[in-house]
Amino acid sequence: MPVVELNINRIRKLASGKTTRKQILDALPFLGLDIESENGDEIRIEYSPNRPDYSTDYGIATGLQGLLGIKKGIQKINIKKKGQFAIKVDPTVSEVRPYVTGIIATNGKLDDLSIKQLMNMQEDLHFGIGRKRKKSSIGLHDADKISFPLTYTATSREHTFVPLNGNTEQTIDEILTNTEVGQNYGWVLENAKNVPIILDADQNTISFPPIINSALTTVTSNTKNILIEVTGIDKEAAEDMLSVVVSILQTAGFEFNELKITGNKNSTPQLKDRTIVYDPKFTSEILGIDMSLSNMVTCMKKCRLDASVKGKKIACTIPRYRFDIFGPMDLVEEIALGYGIANIEPKLSPSTTIGQKNDITIKTELIRKTAVGLGFLEALNSSLTSKKILYDMTRRDPSEIISVLDSKSQEHTILRDSLLPGLLENLSKNIHESYPQKLFESGVIFSKGEPIHESISLAVIVAYKDTNYSELKAIMQSLLRTNFKINSKTKTSKNHELFVEGRHADIFVNEKKIGEIGEINAEILETFRIRTSVAGFEIKLSGLIFD
Amino acid sequence: MSQVFHDIEKKILETLQKVPNQTPEQLSKNTDLSIDQIRRGIEWLRLKELAIVNESEKITISLGPNGLDSLKNGLPERKLINMLKDEPKTFEQIRSVLSGAGFNAAIANAKKNGWIKIEKNNSDSLVSIKEKPIETPEEKLLSFIGEKTVSLEEITNTLALKILLSRPDYITQTSEKSKSISLTDAALSLDTSISSSAAIDVEADVPSVFAARTHPLQDTIDEIREIFVNLGFSEILGNMTQSSFWNFDALFTPQDHPARELQDTFYLENLHSKKPATSSQIKNVSSSHTQNWKYDWKLSESQKMVLRTHTTCVTIKYLAEQKPENARIFSLGRVFRNEKVSYKHLVEFNQIEGIVIGNNTTLRDLMGIQKEFYRKLGLNKIKFWPTFFPYTEPSLQTMVYNEKLGKWIELFGMGIFRPEVTKPLGIDKPVLAWGGGIERIAMLKYELDDVREFYNNNLSWLRSA
Repeated sequence: MPVVELNINRIRKLASGKTTRKQILDALPFLGLDIESENGDEIRIEYSPNRPDYSTDYGIATGLQGLLGIKKGIQKINIKKKGQFAIKVDPTVSEVRPYVTGIIATNGKLDDLSIKQLMNMQEDLHFGIGRKRKKSSIGLHDADKISFPLTYTATSREHTFVPLNGNTEQTIDEILTNTEVGQNYGWVLENAKNVPIILDADQNTISFPPIINSALTTVTSNTKNILIEVTGIDKEAAEDMLSVVVSILQTAGFEFNELKITGNKNSTPQLKDRTIVYDPKFTSEILGIDMSLSNMVTCMKKCRLDASVKGKKIACTIPRYRFDIFGPMDLVEEIALGYGIANIEPKLSPSTTIGQKNDITIKTELIRKTAVGLGFLEALNSSLTSKKILYDMTRRDPSEIISVLDSKSQEHTILRDSLLPGLLENLSKNIHESYPQKLFESGVIFSKGEPIHESISLAVIVAYKDTNYSELKAIMQSLLRTNFKINSKTKTSKNHELFVEGRHADIFVNEKKIGEIGEINAEILETFRIRTSVAGFEIKLSGLIFD
Repeated sequence: MSQVFHDIEKKILETLQKVPNQTPEQLSKNTDLSIDQIRRGIEWLRLKELAIVNESEKITISLGPNGLDSLKNGLPERKLINMLKDEPKTFEQIRSVLSGAGFNAAIANAKKNGWIKIEKNNSDSLVSIKEKPIETPEEKLLSFIGEKTVSLEEITNTLALKILLSRPDYITQTSEKSKSISLTDAALSLDTSISSSAAIDVEADVPSVFAARTHPLQDTIDEIREIFVNLGFSEILGNMTQSSFWNFDALFTPQDHPARELQDTFYLENLHSKKPATSSQIKNVSSSHTQNWKYDWKLSESQKMVLRTHTTCVTIKYLAEQKPENARIFSLGRVFRNEKVSYKHLVEFNQIEGIVIGNNTTLRDLMGIQKEFYRKLGLNKIKFWPTFFPYTEPSLQTMVYNEKLGKWIELFGMGIFRPEVTKPLGIDKPVLAWGGGIERIAMLKYELDDVREFYNNNLSWLRSA
């Protein structure tokens, strides 16, 4: 979950000077914001990726105003249509990054903290909606440094300009190789021969989307007018992103002027509200709360939506930046939030169904109980384990190995096809503890087949100086006889990497092999640094005590 | 007195009752026990306040090399007097006979005894006898000790001893520590014969034995399963390896969503599900994605096999296949996340998830079930906060107050499946879903602050938890 750092006094000022610190802290969780840490006036808040408008204190203040009843309903955006602000899309860019959208924010002021928040917001938008800048990416520029109209076009990799935070001209290829953003996001452009670029009327480079802006248009605390441009391979995602930035800058006190967009498949963004007709029956059906229509309207307005009663239904108006709202269920949630989750009374209705454990669980529990009765301690190991334990140290055959891709942990890279290696590893970690040590584990093992076959096994291991094959055979037979009345036999088996020659066998029930038993080979014990005798067995429970 | 004694104790007691004050060596000889057994027995009896250990030190005295020389030839001052018997002598003449330290000692002691007078004579000094020298106490002591070793107590003139000790190598002093054991009054009157030979010391410490037991985490899993069953839920099981279709697509997670990336989800190398779902399920899910998320849905993405990231894939598949009208179902098992392992994150952990379909399926009912669930776990102080899950709407999380930690802890999540999830799978009614990780609850129960402990199989913990 993304995190935003806030100053509580700033939030109070933005929401309304009259709010108290406590009011704010109490209300934040009911907007769906988790307070991760609190350090004096600085708080860290986790917000959900579906609400990128909560990535700055402006967006959070807007939400709080609604919940606390300070300001309700939509903040109307007024987009003026004056001036020369325009951007023309050249067809050459359609192959690599076809869409651009944008707007001019005017007559505002940003302090350093706001700029920092906007930069963080940009990164969160890039990661979420932007899918790491591939789908869409955003650029903010000082509009007063730009001669309009702009051109969005494609250029060769030899094109040069001074990138943001740089002081010398570099070629596109140099930027992709030398800068951190270039290294991180260059993959988005794949191997395109020509890359997207925004030029102004004086042929100055404004931006090299989705990698970096130019140094020329850096936004500072002196910036009054901002050009917001969003480019991407998905027009809707680009406009989604734009709408979030617009809603935030509006709260920050900016006005807006249209940026006229022309060219292949592109158009000027309208950022229009949309209306969903809400059937009030959902409120009682889904929430279980009886509520009047006008109450529902109030709840929606508290969530900074607009709503009005239309006959027996409610017409709900949704601002452009609330693209997380798909349909009536999302509106039900808005009503619940507006109503206040803390005000909803839990209700315990008697169950009309009778609960039951799965047969596999019941039978596994039975055999686990017998194992405990025979003096065994239950172990639990990961089913995603390492090649080292599963194959290398036990010298087992790795030809049917099932691996996961790109695991972050060396100890968790392959799915186990047997439980005994894990138990040997457990013994190896406990050599300083008193003996005898007797462990068992029941769990899922994996094998290849359409595409993967999962079954449940049980393994038992005993370690102390006098343990031997016969002791384990007696335990194995007792385990299967108790409750399950299964008679098992052991048959001499061909040499096995895990066991001592002549002291191991295959386990058979009704002429079907169900497992293996034996004394563990001394060299394998040495690999695990175990300095006592060990014997064990493993049987497949699937197909034996359940299907 | 019904006190029970170890055989060792009994033998020591009986011997000491006959002969008080014996050394351990004497006891060993008299009881036929080894010196180690005697030492242990004495320690036990001492702790029971039946025996007293007296430690004493014995000092013995004998003559050192200078002492032995003086015994034969006289002390240096006596040698000097013998030289002066006939006539006074100069320092130079004396030095030619008594060299080095002997000279200084002879002059100093003879002067101290008042035996000699010294006159300055040109460049030298002249020494002559002043008074007739009598035998000194030191000389008497030397001949008393002679070539024997005597104990300190035998020496009466301690001043003379002190003087000789201050002169180098005249006296050799050795000390020897010794123990003697005696009985307390209570022990002297003990009758050891009345303790029956079958009795043992019931108060003594014994070696630990450890119970065989089920794993503590498994106990918590079983306890939670039992609560679900009591709440009317029936258990279904499903595979840990799943197609992306059921793990993600059926749950409305777009194919380019960050959660689906390799860095969060374990994909199985080169493994694909040929036909992850029925043709109509695939068609409907595909069009739900295309319409709502507006992108090109690909079958090949949905065929990739993953380790399930939640148990929801099992419940949703059950719903899609069985389409029950009225049911409470749960699924419990291991789920996986490609994370760095730390004290609070595991790559593989247990999750439980219950769903309710049919009657009484409002958010309030769901909250009621949760509250009852926590009550059965002994957690009574709970509250609900809104949250976000990609496939439920509305979504809530439960916060549970932990008295020991003094703070609210996030436990299970819940919500109502989005129609974008249920509709394409042919489910028309609202479906409530709730659940979460089990290790978190087990950590509270066993007061652990490192979740890895559950899978370390550390015997000292398993045997004592």
